[in-house]
Amino acid sequence: MPASVSDPYDLAVLGAGAAGLAGAVTAAELGLSVALLDAAPQTGGQFYRHPAPAFGAVRPEALHHDWAAFAELRRRLERSDIRRLSGHHVWAVTKEDGDLWAVHAVTGPDGTGEQAVRVRARTILLATGAYERQLPFPGWTVPGVVGAGGAQAMLKSGLVLPGKRIVVAGSGPLLLAVASSLAAAGAQVPAVIEASGYLGYARHPGALAANPRKLVEAAVHGAALLRHRVRLRTRSAVTEVHGTDRVAAVTVTRLDRDWRPVRGTGRRIACDALAVGHGLVPQIELATALGCATRRTADGTSALALNAHQETSVCGLWAAGETGGVGGAPLARTEGELAGLAAAARLHGRPADEGRVRALRRRRDRMRAFADAMAAGHAPAAGWTDWLTDDTEVCRCEEVTAGTLREAVSDLGARDARTVKLLTRAGMGWCQGRMCGTAAACLAAGDGAAEPPAERRPFAVPVPLSALASSDDSTGGRPDAVPPVDD
Amino acid sequence: MARTPAELAGANPGASFEITMDGRPVPALPGQSVAAALWSAGILAWRTTRTTGRPRGAFCGIGQCYDCLATINGEPNRRACLVPASPGDAITTQEGHGHARIGV
Repeated sequence: MPASVSDPYDLAVLGAGAAGLAGAVTAAELGLSVALLDAAPQTGGQFYRHPAPAFGAVRPEALHHDWAAFAELRRRLERSDIRRLSGHHVWAVTKEDGDLWAVHAVTGPDGTGEQAVRVRARTILLATGAYERQLPFPGWTVPGVVGAGGAQAMLKSGLVLPGKRIVVAGSGPLLLAVASSLAAAGAQVPAVIEASGYLGYARHPGALAANPRKLVEAAVHGAALLRHRVRLRTRSAVTEVHGTDRVAAVTVTRLDRDWRPVRGTGRRIACDALAVGHGLVPQIELATALGCATRRTADGTSALALNAHQETSVCGLWAAGETGGVGGAPLARTEGELAGLAAAARLHGRPADEGRVRALRRRRDRMRAFADAMAAGHAPAAGWTDWLTDDTEVCRCEEVTAGTLREAVSDLGARDARTVKLLTRAGMGWCQGRMCGTAAACLAAGDGAAEPPAERRPFAVPVPLSALASSDDSTGGRPDAVPPVDD
Repeated sequence: MARTPAELAGANPGASFEITMDGRPVPALPGQSVAAALWSAGILAWRTTRTTGRPRGAFCGIGQCYDCLATINGEPNRRACLVPASPGDAITTQEGHGHARIGV
């Protein structure tokens, strides 16, 4: 820890999930002073999200794969003198005089606390993870329709379910994990509806063979689904939710190769909840606001472009885990460690342990190859917009329908996501386009497969004016003024 | 096989306490978010939208979508999936932007 509160940290790590934890403990063990910021009260991020201590849960690992790896990171965190800043919602990272970074955060469980905080650091590790990608469909705003990752998050931390009979739908490997944990927790899961097939994986035999643990993981989920009598339907999608104030049933329709619904194949499944998602989107606003270069991933999202040492195109700013492309917790841990080593090497002015770096890089490249194969296998195909009716809400916040968006394109001449946004307000609401960004970009491009451009937004989270007013140099809050929160 | 999430995770929570949803008592467990407590009681919506007045509740579950905004103890626009439930919390359905009483 710095000698005085006004001294900068060597490294500020943003995000205390698998990547951030690994980076923080690695750097601290090499002698760096580290601040670890996260919005949540507990470490673990989304993957290792777990019940609050007050639950007294003796088997938190029952809801997780590879809990032991997290437990080990947490032990190393406890042994370190890393400054933990939980309940910190970072809204911007800026460059200060003298080549220092300033991390600006609002505090409290939902960022509405009185205290605004500025943490200064020589280097930054961005480990902010991902959020779920949503593709709208008629009825997706009916209560009882929840994100697949959302259902899992609420289960992992709150030990609750959105209903008794839950259909799981969308695309991507997360669906199988969600279905098996919902079923294990007592929910009836009549079906998992996957828009892709799984045959896409077979086009990447090398990546599969090099990652046997992933196949074991898939087999574990597969066996759990069989045991709970969950039916898996591929090349299908939920194209309608029935019910007005609450989900009563869903219609599942077969899709052609381009994800166009095949007429006359709709079948109704009774349920009281639907958990839906189409993969994950890297959460990179803090980096794109600084001008960091991005790359397009195999499933069409924007991720940060990183060099072999996990550094972004902006010097002194590293990234690890999902921010560089969605790949799961073991990859995030590996990348976090690499980034921690690289930041320490930079500040110490000497190269990192060559053998350790070589082994980590080999592991990272192997897992990245698998992640890319999986992403390619679940990339949304252009025809999905055919399941949108004109009155389907696309932007949940501003209540903008597909019809309004189509009109902006066909009648008003919009050709890109930004123009569509300015004409319709889609993406201007509370969530800042996180839920509708993909859909709005697809409708704007007219080909159904576009992704929103990486945007440069000055605020990554809503910030009260009072926090801005208090964020100048003289009154900028110090982390030490924030009460510590127990993990 | 576990019948409930709490059994699955081997939870042994402290005594439950009471919060209210539009005046109706709802039990909550220490460590639960407001949204989790409401889900436990079978309540999935606690907001109506600004334009069409449609019901909404938690969607993304991780603080990203802002669909779970609720009025908590008179303060609108709190993300119910992030705010921990506290004994005696009065949750009220947030209508529109939640600022009707200040006339905006």
